[in-house]
Amino acid sequence: MDDIVTEDLSKSYPSGWPGRPPFVALDGLSLTVRRGEIFGFLGPNGAGKTTTLKILLGLVRATSGRAHLLGEPAGDVATRRRIGFLPESPYFYDYLTAEEFLGFYGELAGLSRAVTTQRVDELLQLVGLGEARTRQLRKFSKGMLQRIGLAQALIHDPELVILDEPMTGLDPVGRKQVRDLILSLRDRGKTVFFSTHILHDVEMICDRVGIVMKGRLVASGRVNELVRQDHIQSVEIVCQHIKTEGNALIHSLATRVLQQGPQCLIVLPSPDAVDVLVGEIRRQGGRLLSVTPHKASLEDLFFHEAAQAVSRVPAHVTSGRVS
Amino acid sequence: MGAIGVIAVNAFRESLRDKILYNLVLFAGLLIGLSVLLADLSITEHHKVIADMGLAAINLIGVIIAMFVGISLVNKEIERRTIYTIMARPISRSFFIMGKYFGLTLTLLVNMSVMLAVFLLTLWLYHVPIEPSLFQAVQLMFVEILVVTAIALFFSTFTSSTLSAIFTLGLYVIGHLTADLRAMVANSEGVVGKAVVDLLYYLCPNLEMLNIKGQAAVGVSVAPEYMMLASLYGLLYAGVLLTGACLVFQRRDF
Ligand SMILES: Nc1ncnc2c1ncn2[C@@H]1O[C@H](COP(=O)(O)OP(=O)(O)OP(=O)(O)O)[C@@H](O)[C@H]1O
Ligand SMILES: [Mg+2]
Repeated sequence: MDDIVTEDLSKSYPSGWPGRPPFVALDGLSLTVRRGEIFGFLGPNGAGKTTTLKILLGLVRATSGRAHLLGEPAGDVATRRRIGFLPESPYFYDYLTAEEFLGFYGELAGLSRAVTTQRVDELLQLVGLGEARTRQLRKFSKGMLQRIGLAQALIHDPELVILDEPMTGLDPVGRKQVRDLILSLRDRGKTVFFSTHILHDVEMICDRVGIVMKGRLVASGRVNELVRQDHIQSVEIVCQHIKTEGNALIHSLATRVLQQGPQCLIVLPSPDAVDVLVGEIRRQGGRLLSVTPHKASLEDLFFHEAAQAVSRVPAHVTSGRVS
Repeated sequence: MGAIGVIAVNAFRESLRDKILYNLVLFAGLLIGLSVLLADLSITEHHKVIADMGLAAINLIGVIIAMFVGISLVNKEIERRTIYTIMARPISRSFFIMGKYFGLTLTLLVNMSVMLAVFLLTLWLYHVPIEPSLFQAVQLMFVEILVVTAIALFFSTFTSSTLSAIFTLGLYVIGHLTADLRAMVANSEGVVGKAVVDLLYYLCPNLEMLNIKGQAAVGVSVAPEYMMLASLYGLLYAGVLLTGACLVFQRRDF
């Protein structure tokens, strides 16, 4: 069962000037989010993440393509009862108190007054705003607004939670809390789809990720599939009491040698040379302290894709000028 | 409570927390006070001046609130992006528009009632007879305000706040002039001019129809049939504009 399916989703915004072509924000984006998973939607600034999310919520109409949420077309009014949404930057009615604010969204979601009151209490506790419940939102700090926004998205206990950069504006404690919250949502069988440009968050909690660049999905899959865990990029070896200076063998194998007192750090470009180097350390009577393989991270993949996306553009431009 | 009700009640709450409304009520009190002052100067038409000024003040303030709050009603939500989380809820865009409209209507109703109460108190204090015609005038004023709010809301769904203000004010002024204009050109030779005025007459709201302040101030009532017809006309006009606003709003991107 798939909770979010988009097929060939495109969106162009009118340029506002007659004769100038419209700006293509999304360019045939297809992705699938399965029920019960945490899906990270990753991309640099201006990649089209918010645009995608807005289409899913029916705030913006796609120029072409299709999107379905929970089996219904995106923008279907009744389905939104089962969806929670946190927009990019929290802009809310600042004349309401935290309590009134959540109550308003509970009632909008069709909850009874009794249930709303109970949920408001629960969520204020959950996001750590119990003390600020009677304070007006205009007096909230940025992080507090982010938290109340999150509470608003969860007030009606939705099956599908869509969050646009839920961790921005939060301190390290807050980030961890949000990560734990997202994980606990999955434990309760909810589906979470969130956008971010912070790779660390994605690597830590996502079941699957999609990387979007310039309105296209350039990669998607499980984090460990994407970064191919078996593909070790480099190996760091720390040892003691060996002489590296003038040692041709070590210098020919290593990309970097760092000597600090008796301790020595040697970086190898691949795991192939580990055996040879360890043999050399033994031969000298040195002591091996650690061997650390460095895997390709999501970050490497991200920069790799970003570099490709950037290099694609000038090619288009030049070919356009030539023809 | 349905979604429209939730939106309406919240819109009402917003306007209550907006201090501007209180200030305008205060302003009404001041104007009425001024009318009393003026009445002291002109001894002859004492009663008429108080009634005139009072009705004019209620009307002016009602229209100002209707225009300015009406324009910002939906525009502000889009500009401040508060609309994102609302439209992500199980509520259709039309219901949102209607909820906002009824919220402001409720605000205006409360506001007008307070002003009317202050007005009646002033009349009573100065021993001015309270004629039924005064109530008739205020009722039609309220209908006019419903139309003005709908105009403001309609324009604000597709243009900027500034343009909406200009258009709404323009339509308001024209709405008060078309009947006169039509009478003026009725005997003229120019076919084109006549056609233009006719078009304006039928397109723009005939707001002068809802203005019976002049005769009401001197205690002359209108027939109940006129009240019915004029009210119906105003409500119909507001309904058409509101439908238009909903249709335009349906196709917007946020
Ligand atoms: N209403 C609009 N009119 C014109 N262009 C727009 C509009 N909204 C977004 N865009 C453009 O579409 C592109 C994608 O924007 P979007 O907000 O989806 O990016 P994003 O991936 O969310 O970026 P960020 O990480 O900075 O939030 C951007 O180049 C942006 O300028
Ligand atoms: Mg964004």
